[in-house]
Amino acid sequence: MEVYLDNSATTRVFLDVAELVKKLMCEEYGNPSSLHRKGVQAENYLRDAKQTFAKILKCNEKEVFFTSGGTESDNLALIGCAMANRRRGQHLITTQIEHPAILQTMKYLEEQGFRVTYLPVDRSGRIRLEDLQKAMTGGTILVSIMHTNNEVGSVQPIAEAGALIKRMNPNTLFHVDAVQGFGKARIYPKKMNIDLLSASGHKIHGPKGVGLLYVSERAKIKAINYGGGQQSGLRSGTENVPGIAGMAKAAEILYDRLDEDVAQLYACKKHFIEGVSKIEGVQVNGLPMNGQTGGQPGGSACGACIEQTAPHVVSVSFAGVRSEVLLHTLEDAGIYVSAGSACSAHKPQPSATLKAMGVDPSLLTSTIRFSFSVFTTMEELDYTLQILYDKIPVLRRYTRRA
Amino acid sequence: MFTSFLIKYAEIGIKGRNRHLFEDALVHQIKYALKKCEGKFLIHKTQGRIHVDAQTEFDFDEVVEHLQLVFGISGICPVVGVEDEGFEKLCDTVVSYIAEVYPDRNRTFKVNARRARKDYPKDSMEINMDLGEVILNAYPEMTVDVHEPDIMLNVEIREKIYIYSEIIPGPGGMPVGTGGKAMLLLSGGIDSPVAGYMIAKRGVKIDAVYFHAPPYTSDRAKQKVVELARIVSRYTGPIYLHVINFTDIQLYIHEKCPHEELTIIMRRYMMRIAEHLAKETECLGLITGESIGQVASQTMNSLIATNEVCELPVYRPLIGFDKQEIVEVSEKIGTFETSILPYEDCCTIFVAKHPVTKPNVNVIRRHEHNLDEKIDELVKTALETDELIIVE
Repeated sequence: MEVYLDNSATTRVFLDVAELVKKLMCEEYGNPSSLHRKGVQAENYLRDAKQTFAKILKCNEKEVFFTSGGTESDNLALIGCAMANRRRGQHLITTQIEHPAILQTMKYLEEQGFRVTYLPVDRSGRIRLEDLQKAMTGGTILVSIMHTNNEVGSVQPIAEAGALIKRMNPNTLFHVDAVQGFGKARIYPKKMNIDLLSASGHKIHGPKGVGLLYVSERAKIKAINYGGGQQSGLRSGTENVPGIAGMAKAAEILYDRLDEDVAQLYACKKHFIEGVSKIEGVQVNGLPMNGQTGGQPGGSACGACIEQTAPHVVSVSFAGVRSEVLLHTLEDAGIYVSAGSACSAHKPQPSATLKAMGVDPSLLTSTIRFSFSVFTTMEELDYTLQILYDKIPVLRRYTRRA
Repeated sequence: MFTSFLIKYAEIGIKGRNRHLFEDALVHQIKYALKKCEGKFLIHKTQGRIHVDAQTEFDFDEVVEHLQLVFGISGICPVVGVEDEGFEKLCDTVVSYIAEVYPDRNRTFKVNARRARKDYPKDSMEINMDLGEVILNAYPEMTVDVHEPDIMLNVEIREKIYIYSEIIPGPGGMPVGTGGKAMLLLSGGIDSPVAGYMIAKRGVKIDAVYFHAPPYTSDRAKQKVVELARIVSRYTGPIYLHVINFTDIQLYIHEKCPHEELTIIMRRYMMRIAEHLAKETECLGLITGESIGQVASQTMNSLIATNEVCELPVYRPLIGFDKQEIVEVSEKIGTFETSILPYEDCCTIFVAKHPVTKPNVNVIRRHEHNLDEKIDELVKTALETDELIIVE
């Protein structure tokens, strides 16, 4: 049995999407900037994609820009806004648990003379609005907060943060990295006071190498690459038409049936958490416990609390088991998961997110992320649980002795 | 401009009656190395030299880079070969050769002509003098020094005329295949690829064995070892890499033996398995990357314990090297960056905090008896499930 539970790393492309991409690569392959018919044809696909996203985000299609993916969207949002607004202030705010696409870009901006505040998170992986309020100053030009954390699935109070930011300083721009949240939740930038929003194609059953950035008409932003002036000059370069159309198609499919899918994902998540909690020495990370901050070992999560977190990510620490070893054990059984987040597999080091959440240091290297998709079934989860029941005791028997 | 290369070799020259064997091996290795280069080449031996003649257009830098990987080559001379169209024409060729090869001509030179074709109208001395004069007239800034010239301009008159003056250093050593074959214990670390390189440099063909321990080590760790073998194979030719699944043996040792001795006992089994493979594949020795005192399992006491399980000689070319010296070679041969990729290998996963540094062989032997019940079976299975990867 092959069970793919690494959907926060990437997802299987919907068949309809793959067929559309193939058609746009092999048949309708024109350059949208060309004056002839084939160019117009390609341009139509672009316009349709913009309309699709404008509808999903309830925004103007002029506010939708396409990039090469989440990382580029984050870079463009942060660097583009920081540079365009540097005369108004030099202060930026983000959180300690962002994706490297944000954290490393912030580091770059610090080198360029900006000051950055990194908000801490509580045990459930959420920021406190008081901290945000305290961090805001007159010179704060941009706040960037992720929608859904990629490692533990905590969801930030985006609407509340947006309202707070605008109340304190209407000029401060609000960027949301929604790479993990888009396709799992309804996100409306205008209602939530979001000025910029990043999303990625391959996390929503679309192609890799394509992403989008929503940029509110009122946000001041500068391009960070230069060329032929496509996309109103904000993002030069021939548009990746197959990727863009494919991502739009995937988003359309997902948002057409979002409520049922999300309900099914939560059912899976609850089922899996219940099952995995039966194993001794297991801790599920990133769950608010009975309205409080939580994630204590042995505690049980309340149903309502689970729905305050992302429907598709479960982070579990297995005391006394090295995550890499468990990952390969599961791999042998055909189950694909991630140790921490896939993005950090190139440089194995304890997860900054788990550390910021105050997870016991001994568990930092014993944590596995299971992430689901619309393809995930209960049977697959039961199989995974069974393998865990069988293998965890064996792995605990052979460990490095002191 | 250059049309061929004259290959110089040092040590082969002194190999008496076996000389042709060494030369044939060198020709073979050069052919192998040049297969990866653009263009066609004729490689032939004449009068105690090896010539590489380009028969098509070729990329000079690429060819030199690949020849520099061939053990046995001490120097590579780029040669200009021209048809004999009279002495006048030869003078023109020499003058333009110097213009091209030596943009800075504030140097001393000497012409060294050799006349293999005795019907050439001038003898060697005359050629030396006449060509020297032509050069002095063309480039007044150059001067002659017959004892220690900066530029030794060689002119050889054969069916064609060959001009050369530069020697690009080769890697030295002896052609791979002339020294037999040995089994390298290849881990993912910095040392073992260097050890393989150094033994191969003495003309030894290399096979390798890697011990992997899924699920404790990942496929990426294995990929890394394959990649290391591939880099080393640029020098050694194809490497037969044996991948042995070591998990069960390791867990069994972990269960039955004192934890501080785990690494030593594990290494003893690795040596036994490597020797078994070596004997099966006609290897004449084992190669390891050990260096005295580098880690607990490489103290002299530990080496006694790992050495005694083998009959074949164990070659440890890095035994007197400091880590930094090993790193320098690994950077030179291009394995360093791959070696430091952070995947765990099976030597590190269960390692004790304080492993024994002075193991007593008798104690180790006694503790190994704890394994009597199942170990032979486990070793047999490991050997039977040997995965062979041919790396080139």
